Amino acid sequence: MLKASTALAAALFVSTFVMQAIPPAPPRPPSAPPSQTPPAAPAQGPGNPGVFPAQQRPPGDPAVIARGRTLYGLSCSFCHGPDLRGGQLNGPNLLRSQLVLGDQAGELILPIVRGARAEKGMPPIPMPDEDVKAVAEYIHSVAALSPRQGMPPPGETPVVLDVLVGDAAAGRTYFEARCATCHSATGDMQGIAARIPDPKALQNLWVSGGAAGGRGRSAGGRGAAPNAPNPRVVTATVTLPGEKVEGRLLRIDDFLVTLVQADGTIRSIRRNGALPKVEVRDPLEPHRMLLSVYTDKDMHDVTAYLATLK
Amino acid sequence: MTRNRLLLLTLLLCPLTLWGQGRGLDPAKLLNPLSDDWPTYSGDYTGRRYSALTQANRLTVKNLTLAWTMGLTPGAGNTDGRGRGGNAGNVIVGGEGTGDFGAGGGSGVKGTPLMVDGTLYVSTPDNAWAIDARDGRELWHYFWKTRGGTHIANRGMAIWNNYLYMATPDNYLVSLDARTGKERWHKVVADFNQQYFTTSAPIVVGNHVIVGTGNDLDSPGFLLSFDAETGEEQWKFYTVPMNPGDPGLDTWASLEAARHGGGMPWLPGVYDPETKLYIFGTGNPIPAYTVGRGEGDNLFTCALIALNVETGKMAWYFQTSPHDMHDWDSAQTPILIDGMIKGRKRKLVSTAARNGYFFTLDRVTGEHFVTSKYGSATNWAKSVDKGSVRRDPGKDPTVPGSIVSPPAGGTVNWEPPAYSPDTGLFYVSERNGYSIFYLTDPDPRGSMGLGGKEEINVGNGGNFLTAIDYKTGKIAWRHRYPSGAGGGGGLLATAGKLVFAGDGGGNFVAHDAATGKPLWHSRIGQVTNAPITYRLDGRQYVLVAVGDQLFTFVMY
Repeated sequence: MLKASTALAAALFVSTFVMQAIPPAPPRPPSAPPSQTPPAAPAQGPGNPGVFPAQQRPPGDPAVIARGRTLYGLSCSFCHGPDLRGGQLNGPNLLRSQLVLGDQAGELILPIVRGARAEKGMPPIPMPDEDVKAVAEYIHSVAALSPRQGMPPPGETPVVLDVLVGDAAAGRTYFEARCATCHSATGDMQGIAARIPDPKALQNLWVSGGAAGGRGRSAGGRGAAPNAPNPRVVTATVTLPGEKVEGRLLRIDDFLVTLVQADGTIRSIRRNGALPKVEVRDPLEPHRMLLSVYTDKDMHDVTAYLATLK
Repeated sequence: MTRNRLLLLTLLLCPLTLWGQGRGLDPAKLLNPLSDDWPTYSGDYTGRRYSALTQANRLTVKNLTLAWTMGLTPGAGNTDGRGRGGNAGNVIVGGEGTGDFGAGGGSGVKGTPLMVDGTLYVSTPDNAWAIDARDGRELWHYFWKTRGGTHIANRGMAIWNNYLYMATPDNYLVSLDARTGKERWHKVVADFNQQYFTTSAPIVVGNHVIVGTGNDLDSPGFLLSFDAETGEEQWKFYTVPMNPGDPGLDTWASLEAARHGGGMPWLPGVYDPETKLYIFGTGNPIPAYTVGRGEGDNLFTCALIALNVETGKMAWYFQTSPHDMHDWDSAQTPILIDGMIKGRKRKLVSTAARNGYFFTLDRVTGEHFVTSKYGSATNWAKSVDKGSVRRDPGKDPTVPGSIVSPPAGGTVNWEPPAYSPDTGLFYVSERNGYSIFYLTDPDPRGSMGLGGKEEINVGNGGNFLTAIDYKTGKIAWRHRYPSGAGGGGGLLATAGKLVFAGDGGGNFVAHDAATGKPLWHSRIGQVTNAPITYRLDGRQYVLVAVGDQLFTFVMY
């Protein structure tokens, strides 16, 4: 709890401390110099308003936002964090504060800055009303960068994380025991790490057998639809009395199986329980079977091994 | 003799006829088991979605045939009277916003329609319709001009006498006159500024209209009870600690963390008139995937909670998965079962949670009886402790990735389960996808909302319609969906010993409730809601939605 005896002392304490050493909050570095053009927000405007009020605000005056940002860095960031998400002295996360989210133009924030929450540890900050409004405009401009509901604004500097934590030698052993029946380091996997240099994309690719693709899904996505197109061709054989129908599997449910035959014609065959017999050959089936077998360590080890196949 | 009987019959039928001509639904009728109407979200208060109708049964269902189909036209635009199958041209417009907000993928019926006395009441986000249940003719259409909010779904409406209640994505409870569609009033459910978006279907109990909140951004979940007549707030129950000294506060890092801790009651609950307990589930803690909430259990997220419906005070709670780390709500509508446990007759409540586990409790006391894994691939748990499932922290999102089943979407999501007292089986859609969960924000303060992780779907271990013995939690049978798609919209059980379900691959299917065997189907497209059934003029109807299109089947 920060309890300042006087407003001036608190302000001096906070600002001098910040000016001497802005505390690092790894892995998010302190704010970069004010930017006149903040990162692109979702396209907005008449006819395409954002989903939530924070996104629906008309963009503020860039000069006011820049001034608010500087003032924030001097007087607020030590407690509330350079990224507004809370700091070292338990200042709350402003991006989820009910009061801040309800504020329009500083009218709710101003009394707090004036000392309305002094007993809760928020010291009064001597700051002209116009400066408080500028800080409020800055805070709202950051909140508006939330890409979609339920997501925080992106950090200013992308966080780079190393997913290559596995043991490549152990991964090689695992690969040779489990994967070598279908794959080979000198065959189809040769140069895989050169083709897919991002280890995370590589891991997604091999674990899914290619179904997840190398691009990955957007952060926070709930993933692909269960019937999303499969890049690997699934084939089937249907055994009818005196006839076997083969082809690429177009669809199968409890009632119908539909194949694209070699000549391009489509053949639909009614199903009734176990009849007729349908054999489905899905190249990804072994990959799916392994999903319940891998430990996370196995997965990281194999990724580390494949990452050596440059 | 015959004359007397006729007279008696006439006397008996008279009040029913009068009801049908303008008195709507007497709330006392909601205490009855489900019969000809479908007057509340789950049909009746038990959550069973079990209809006593038997015209469609295992022998006759092959004759179930299309009665009518109708396309809903959301928005204010169909004032020219050329709605697709609708006709009224009578759009009543309300709302506090401009309404020019893009629907955001929220169109389509993902809720349960009501059927009261020959009239259907159907909703999508911002839209409500009254429809003639006999032929699909639109009677009126109400459109709410929204301020915004996530338009992901509307789960349905509630009715009390002649008044309807609908929640909106911009967090109002709107009450309409069921006869005309004219608005009576609208009241604020939650603060729009805090990113709440209300999807739940209100539930009427006596003169209470109960509605729960939705939000993914660091806000507290709560349940509100409104006066059915006036819309005045009766009580408010927060699902997380909000003040110093509140129960459960010691399971959070701080009061600040608890007050932003989520626990959304996304879906309607069930009601036991004998104990006056309203029982519902709560959603995941927030931030959903990262640290920031302490090491504790994060009460009362991911829990079943029983409230006294008159006071809003908690009688008991049971946490399904303390300290969830994968956005797995336990908000699924539970089911009340009167059954035998260990040789004793018990009043029970069962739920199949998004996290892949099934639970049966005593619904009077909250005493735990059964915990079982119904998601065949589910792999995230370390132990079961007093019935609650404790996570393996190694399966939390990690920087190099952890491989987890189910995906964040869950073994089941919002899709309602069903229960048949004929078979003693609890029916649920079971999906067994796998995802790699990467931690992308290792900030020691944690992320916000749904942030801080990346999820990649990497495969599927099979999807099923699954029947669970509520007494033991054992799987009675699984019907595999050969398409690889899994279930759609939720389930309906009937005394005809049938279970109706979308198969996720474009078919609407009637299954044998005892075995899961498909007995009838219609390829109408991807089913988006739980089917309902009702009886009119002595005929049984079955209604289901595919997006904005309603399909109604009938037994002639």
